[in-house]
Amino acid sequence: MKRIGLQIAILAMVASTVSIVSVWAGESAAVRNCTWCHGTGAQGYTVAPRLAGQRPQYIMSQIRSFHEHTRDNPFSKQYMWGAVAALNPYTARDLAAYFASIPPKPANDGDASLASRGRTIYMDGIPEANIVSCYACHGPNAEGIRDIPRLGGLAHFYIKARLEQWEQGYHSTPGSPMPMVATHLGPEEVEALASYLSFVR
Amino acid sequence: MKAIGLRLILHTAVLAAAFSMSAGAQERMAPASGALEAKLEYCKTCHGLSGQGYLGYFPMPRLAGQQPEYLEAQLKAFIERRRTNPIMRNVAHVLSPSMISALANHFSHLSPPPFGGAPRGSIATGKMIYEDGLPESNVPACSACHGADGHGQNEIPRLAGQVYPYMVGQLTGWANARGQGTAVDTSAIMAPTAHNLTRSQIEAVAAYVSYLH
Repeated sequence: MKRIGLQIAILAMVASTVSIVSVWAGESAAVRNCTWCHGTGAQGYTVAPRLAGQRPQYIMSQIRSFHEHTRDNPFSKQYMWGAVAALNPYTARDLAAYFASIPPKPANDGDASLASRGRTIYMDGIPEANIVSCYACHGPNAEGIRDIPRLGGLAHFYIKARLEQWEQGYHSTPGSPMPMVATHLGPEEVEALASYLSFVR
Repeated sequence: MKAIGLRLILHTAVLAAAFSMSAGAQERMAPASGALEAKLEYCKTCHGLSGQGYLGYFPMPRLAGQQPEYLEAQLKAFIERRRTNPIMRNVAHVLSPSMISALANHFSHLSPPPFGGAPRGSIATGKMIYEDGLPESNVPACSACHGADGHGQNEIPRLAGQVYPYMVGQLTGWANARGQGTAVDTSAIMAPTAHNLTRSQIEAVAAYVSYLH
C-alpha cells in the first residue's frame, strides 16, 4: 500500500494532467484482480456485478461482509470470500474509491415490457401487500447513498439473484432490512423490479 | 404475494361468514393479529427494526415511544394531504382507522435506545435553547410543551431520541411540508418557532434532543 501511495503521489506530480485514479488503475494489480471477473471496464460480467459507479461505502461494507463471511450466498462463498481474504482495509478503501469514480453503464438486459410495472413498485411499493417503496432508501433514480447501493443499471440477473437469495435466507450486511423486504416480494414483482432497474441510467 | 393474497381472501371469508356484519362495523374492529403483524413489519422495514428510526435516502423518523395521538394525527394528515411527504401519503392511504390506532399504540410502547450519530459540538447550546428558548428571537422554550424530558404529550410529539437529520429537515422545511391546504391543524403552532430559528440553532436543538432517552 505504501508503495502504491507513493507511486500515486509521484505520478500525480509528474503527469498532473492525468487523473490519479486512472494512473492507479493502469498500475494496480489489485484493480486487475477485480476486473478479471467484474469486467475490464468494471461494468459487470455474467454473475459478477458492475462495480462502476457503485457507492464507495457500500463497496467497503461488502468487502467487509465477505471478509467476515456474513455475506454467505453460494457465489459470494465460492468467489468473494477467497478474493478478499488477503485484502487490507486501505487497499479496500482505494479500490472502492476507484470503482466508484468510473461512470456506470446500464445493463439494459431486462424485459422492457415489465419496466413500467417495475417502476411503479420501485417508487410506491404495494402498500396493500406490505411491499415497501424501494425509493425511500435507494433514492429517486436508484442512485443509492452512503452504504446503500446504487441499483440503477445493474444486470437483471444480479438484482433477481440478490432478491431471491434474501428470500431464501442468505445474509448480507448485518442489520440490513433487505431480508424483510424480500420475503414480501413474489416472483412477478422480482421480475418487474429487476427489469426496470436494468434500464435505469 | 400469492400467500398474502390467499390469506386476505381467507380472512375476508372467515370474517364475512362468522360475523356477517356491515362494512362500517368491521372498520371499527381491531385488525386481525396477522394483518397487524404484517403491517408492523412493513413499517419497521424503513423505521428500524425496533422503531428507532433509520437513514435511507430520506431520514426515517423514530416512532418508538412516540405519543399515540401524535402518530394517529400524522397518519391522518398524510392521508388528507395536510402533511406532504414523497413516501408516506401512499403508505398511509391504505390504512383503516382501526389499523392506524393499533399501529400507534404498538409504537408508543417501544423504547429502544436513541439512533445516535448527531454531531456533539453544539449540544450545550441546544440544551439551552431547549430549556430556555430564545426570548430575543421569539422562540419559546421547547420544554414548555414537549416536556423537560422531551417525551411530549397527546398531540405534542416526543422529541427524545429523534433521528438528527430528520429533526433538522422538519424544522428547516416546516412550512413546506406541514399545514398544507386550507384546513388549519395543530402544526400551525410550530410554524413561527420553526421560522424564527436559524439553521445552526436548529442543528443544536436537534443534536441535543437526539441523545435524550
